[in-house]
Amino acid sequence: MNFNTLKYFFREAFTSLVRNSWLSISSVGIVTVSLIILGVSLLLVVNAEKLTKSVESSVEITAFLEESVGRVDRDRIEEQIKSNPAVDTVEFVSKEQALKEMKESFGDRADILESLEETNPLPDAFRVKTKQAAAVPATAKKIEQLKGVEQVRYGQGVVEKLLNVTRWVRYASVVTVTLLTLAAGFLIATTIRMSVFARRREISIMKILGATNWFVRFPFVLEGIVLGLTGGLLAVLVVDVGYLSLINKLKISLPFIQLVNEPRIILTILGSMVGLGVLIGALGSWFSLRKFLRV
Amino acid sequence: MIQFYNVSKVYDNGVKALSDLTLHIKKGEFVFLVGPSGAGKSTLIKLIFREELPTRGQVMFNGKNIVRMKGREVPYMRRKIGMVFQDFRLLPQKTAAENVAFALEITGASGKEIKRMVPEVLEQVGLKDKGHLLPSQMSGGEQQRVCIARAIVNNPLLIIADEPTGNLDPDTSWEIMKLFQDINRRGTTILMATHDSGIVDTMKKRVIALSNGCVVRDEESGVYRCEL
Repeated sequence: MNFNTLKYFFREAFTSLVRNSWLSISSVGIVTVSLIILGVSLLLVVNAEKLTKSVESSVEITAFLEESVGRVDRDRIEEQIKSNPAVDTVEFVSKEQALKEMKESFGDRADILESLEETNPLPDAFRVKTKQAAAVPATAKKIEQLKGVEQVRYGQGVVEKLLNVTRWVRYASVVTVTLLTLAAGFLIATTIRMSVFARRREISIMKILGATNWFVRFPFVLEGIVLGLTGGLLAVLVVDVGYLSLINKLKISLPFIQLVNEPRIILTILGSMVGLGVLIGALGSWFSLRKFLRV
Repeated sequence: MIQFYNVSKVYDNGVKALSDLTLHIKKGEFVFLVGPSGAGKSTLIKLIFREELPTRGQVMFNGKNIVRMKGREVPYMRRKIGMVFQDFRLLPQKTAAENVAFALEITGASGKEIKRMVPEVLEQVGLKDKGHLLPSQMSGGEQQRVCIARAIVNNPLLIIADEPTGNLDPDTSWEIMKLFQDINRRGTTILMATHDSGIVDTMKKRVIALSNGCVVRDEESGVYRCEL
């Protein structure tokens, strides 16, 4: 391939884009819309992931100890809990500390608890965190069987439900993103096929004049790349501006909701949108042309 | 330059287009290919151009076996053949000069070469001042001249013309034929399929008559003579 040919390719791709401007605009529109939907659902996925992670990490087991358990037994129980490989951290909460925490959570109304100061009814306890939220129910059962443990609490029932929901959210988002990528790919392939079909006569003439398959194909692939790139950039612009303004709005009105805003993650999502646009455009052209090159 | 050795062609739908055809065309010849519709003229042309492959037999062009040729060599072989069609097959959105330039661009010619060659060829076919016109703004004869200019701009060894005068009135047809004769005098081989008996009879060139996929007549300074 020499410089003249390269020049020809670019000129050809751009005149074709301008000449079929209506088709070009609709292709770009389709790419943009598909990639916006894709980008939005990717952002939803990362945010859902962050949310479930934070909910999951707050799930912990509280093992209340029997009144009679002394210091030695307490250490033994702690060792036994720690020996379980699913356990991440074990924290001892004495009855005094438990009362203090309770008072804190009551805030201004802590005076209600004042009468409890002398005969603290709260038991000593261990707070256990597992490495994975899914391991909570099984671990809790094991701890409950240890000698000296009176009762185990971990929000029975609620944790199981929460785990079900987060798993479902993950599956649903993977399926959605896959389907949308496929849909965008098919739409672009169809649009470029229309553009190829409108020029099938030109292609057959090129073949008659002795053009190589590469020569015929390249301007179309270039055209597809330009369409995909333009659509991708537009989609990135829309998603980026929309998401950043959403983050800023939420910061003011709903400060307890924290959206993912690490630049690395957002840039990865936006970059993959542009990349996917280019890839879809190039592959769409390539496959649309195959049929017409057999002359 | 063109050799057919025992070539048969049966299409996928069972139509027998050529049967056991053997044929030689030498460099610099001017050959008319005549015969009724369905006799196999178009198939013969398609075989030389490798649009189709023969079912049996071998086809040689310029010392190369076309049947055994690799797919990626085909475009370079085609650049040595100029094609002229009854329906011109020009690109409607390109001007006459751009249509001719297109054939050069495909081969990777430089802008300088294109600027030099295109006017030269247009002048040769008598369209010196019409390069800026679109095909739709030209008469049939002028469009055919553009098509011929496009076919000769790459200095081909062979020109294949498939009923080039089929859509033209008699006067224009003669002008086009004179053009072909000029090209032939410069050494280019010409193979022309035609139904125009007047032209064949007057030109007194080699005539190959096909019927039902066989050569039924092959004579120097022949005539059309539609025998049935």
